Amino acid sequence: MSNAAATAAVPSYLQEPKGIKSWLLTVDHKRIGIMYLAAIMFFFFVGGALAVILRTELFRPEQILMDADTYNQFFTLHGAIMIFLFIIPSIPAALGNFILPLMLGAKDVAFPRLNLASWYVYVFGAIFCVASIVLGAVDTGWTFYTPYSTTTSTSVISMTLGVFILGFSSIFTGLNFIVTIHKLRMPGMTWFKMPLMVWGLYATAIIQVLATPVLAITLVLLIMERVLGVGIFDPAMGGDPVLYQHFFWFYSHPAVYIMILPGMGIISEVIACFSHRKIFGYKPIAYSSLGIAFVSFMVWGHHMFTSGQSEIAAMIFSFLTFFVGIPSGIKVFNWVTTMYKGSISLETPMVYAVMFLFLFMIGGFTGIMLGALALDVHLHDTYFVVAHFHYVMMGGTVMAFLAGIHYWWPKMFGRLYSERWAKVTALVIFVGFNMTFFSQFILGAQGMPRRYYSYLDQYQPLHGFSSVGAWVLGIGFVIMAVYLTASFFNGRKAGPNPWGALTYEWETLTPPPQHNFLKDVVLTHGPYDYDKVTVVGDFYDKSPTDKQHMAGKV
Amino acid sequence: MATSHTETHHPNWLQHHFSSPFQQGESSKLGMWLFLLTEVLFFGGLFCAYAVFNAWYPETFINAHKSLSWPLGATNTIVLIASSVTMALAIRSMQLGSKKGTLILLWSTMALAAVFLVIKYFEYSHKFHLGQLPGEYYTYEGIAGTNPHIFFSVYFMMTGLHGIHVIAGMIVIGWMIYRTSQDHFSSDYYTPIEMTGLYWHLVDLVWIFLFPMFYLIG
Repeated sequence: MSNAAATAAVPSYLQEPKGIKSWLLTVDHKRIGIMYLAAIMFFFFVGGALAVILRTELFRPEQILMDADTYNQFFTLHGAIMIFLFIIPSIPAALGNFILPLMLGAKDVAFPRLNLASWYVYVFGAIFCVASIVLGAVDTGWTFYTPYSTTTSTSVISMTLGVFILGFSSIFTGLNFIVTIHKLRMPGMTWFKMPLMVWGLYATAIIQVLATPVLAITLVLLIMERVLGVGIFDPAMGGDPVLYQHFFWFYSHPAVYIMILPGMGIISEVIACFSHRKIFGYKPIAYSSLGIAFVSFMVWGHHMFTSGQSEIAAMIFSFLTFFVGIPSGIKVFNWVTTMYKGSISLETPMVYAVMFLFLFMIGGFTGIMLGALALDVHLHDTYFVVAHFHYVMMGGTVMAFLAGIHYWWPKMFGRLYSERWAKVTALVIFVGFNMTFFSQFILGAQGMPRRYYSYLDQYQPLHGFSSVGAWVLGIGFVIMAVYLTASFFNGRKAGPNPWGALTYEWETLTPPPQHNFLKDVVLTHGPYDYDKVTVVGDFYDKSPTDKQHMAGKV
Repeated sequence: MATSHTETHHPNWLQHHFSSPFQQGESSKLGMWLFLLTEVLFFGGLFCAYAVFNAWYPETFINAHKSLSWPLGATNTIVLIASSVTMALAIRSMQLGSKKGTLILLWSTMALAAVFLVIKYFEYSHKFHLGQLPGEYYTYEGIAGTNPHIFFSVYFMMTGLHGIHVIAGMIVIGWMIYRTSQDHFSSDYYTPIEMTGLYWHLVDLVWIFLFPMFYLIG
């Protein structure tokens, strides 16, 4: 290991090259990852602000902030922004871009220019989505169901064109990752020596490549329907609106696994690292990612139990939906078993990982409930569904994303954040989240339909409780924005390996130099060989110098 | 910092993050095949729509397909297959290091693609003239069966999307002609031409499915 004086002279990817142009034209995956991170965090706060406004409106059944039409536009925007502009690119394009080549010991992704193009395509698509707000905000819900989406006067075309363009950005990232994982692994890294995050990203990328084109053609058809009146989804012209739903969910169901699979990858990394224990069941976790990707393509019809598809189709889709529970269960059991008798240290990433386990379990179980045909007919289009997917997407993916942000933050920016504030915030978010969404399970079971502007008085106590929860949640994220910003400017300097992890992104400098590693890396230990190699993380070193603690490695 | 490669193994077309030409070439190929996979799924949605409406309105489809001219469709099929041959030969030519041969064959591919589009133009304008247009613009009255406009909706969207791919292919081939003329390629390095070939074969292949589906049913 080279000494600290020599390595300190090497500029990090943040320092060299300099200038705004060097960022806008960069092909460095780390910079592109940071640019993605900035963009998605912006939209996360926009989408989150919309959510807080919506919940405030729902505090009482009568009008508080806005009329019913504006409300329809707000929930559509909240959904569309959160899904297409935040959650789908969140882990793969932002964190994945940064971390994947580092984990593989590669200098970059396979197609760096395509990677940059994907960011610009994302921004371009986002402009169309944002433009739709000005041109007449869409009020169809994020699913753009026909026939309403072909008849409403709002700017469906701008929004769907934006989503169509965003799809290409997602495809570019997925394609890039598959090739990178196949072709750019360091010498010695066989498939089963890859970190589980890489397996998660690989399964995600497969879905991105296979499912997104179908969404693209669906949206093209929807635009054609609006512009040329082709009639394919219009029953009055011999078309079929249910065909639209089939097309839409053929993408959008697998897409929910685009959202969760990379999150599961992060959880695998974080739990192994902070339990200081070799991950239990490496291969089952790896294969179950592919298993989820495989099953994800065969269950889309469970969104359409009440849409008029045939009963036999509904029964088959219901049956197949239960299969999703198997690989998901395998993962959860393996994570918990990894923690069992591990030496657990509850730093912020681990706190979020444990929150993930708790919330994802609830989200997953209620998903199985909704997949049960008879129960779904009762719960379809109620707040129960809303609560379920927020538990999976926010309680699952967003918690995993936050775990990842806190885990890799020192590597990305070379600084530590306030551990105390981070833990307090995690608690606030946990409390706020459960207040907001657990009450919605009860509301839904009592029959409160989703997307309604007003409601019966009997629902007011729970709606009010949920709204207060949303405010708590909002406060949590504001605190997070504050302490992360503070860390960015004057946080304590981080060493190369704060948490004592064994994956290869921690083997290089913090923050990494432009080409990732100072010399070509070769795999010398597996990603979870905590039983063979002892590394003390420099986070645990209280002395102010950032000397490396990797000398203990044998 | 010192790289592990010597200059002789690091030609100027090898990108910095690859360690060997082989690794770069293999990555390009895998990436291209994945892209073609997305194209197949992109068209897949329309093939699915075709299957649904063909099953719902079989008589309409049989009656409506008679208004398509199969000799023109067959000519176009032959034209596109010929263009695939010239494309493949262009790659072969660059493998053998012949710049002149490659340019001639790429221009031939371009010319055949143009012939395809010209024939398609005549077919389209004839249908526009008759009012055999998609969806609510359909005004023709000579086809028996329910919802004949759906047939033309599907027809125009599938062949139209294919036509856009032909145009995109011509642009890429034009770019390859430019790069070949600028001596960017050699018998050691011709990956972009090869990738263009893969794309062009897919465009050809889609048409080979479209031709019987629309021109030869019933």
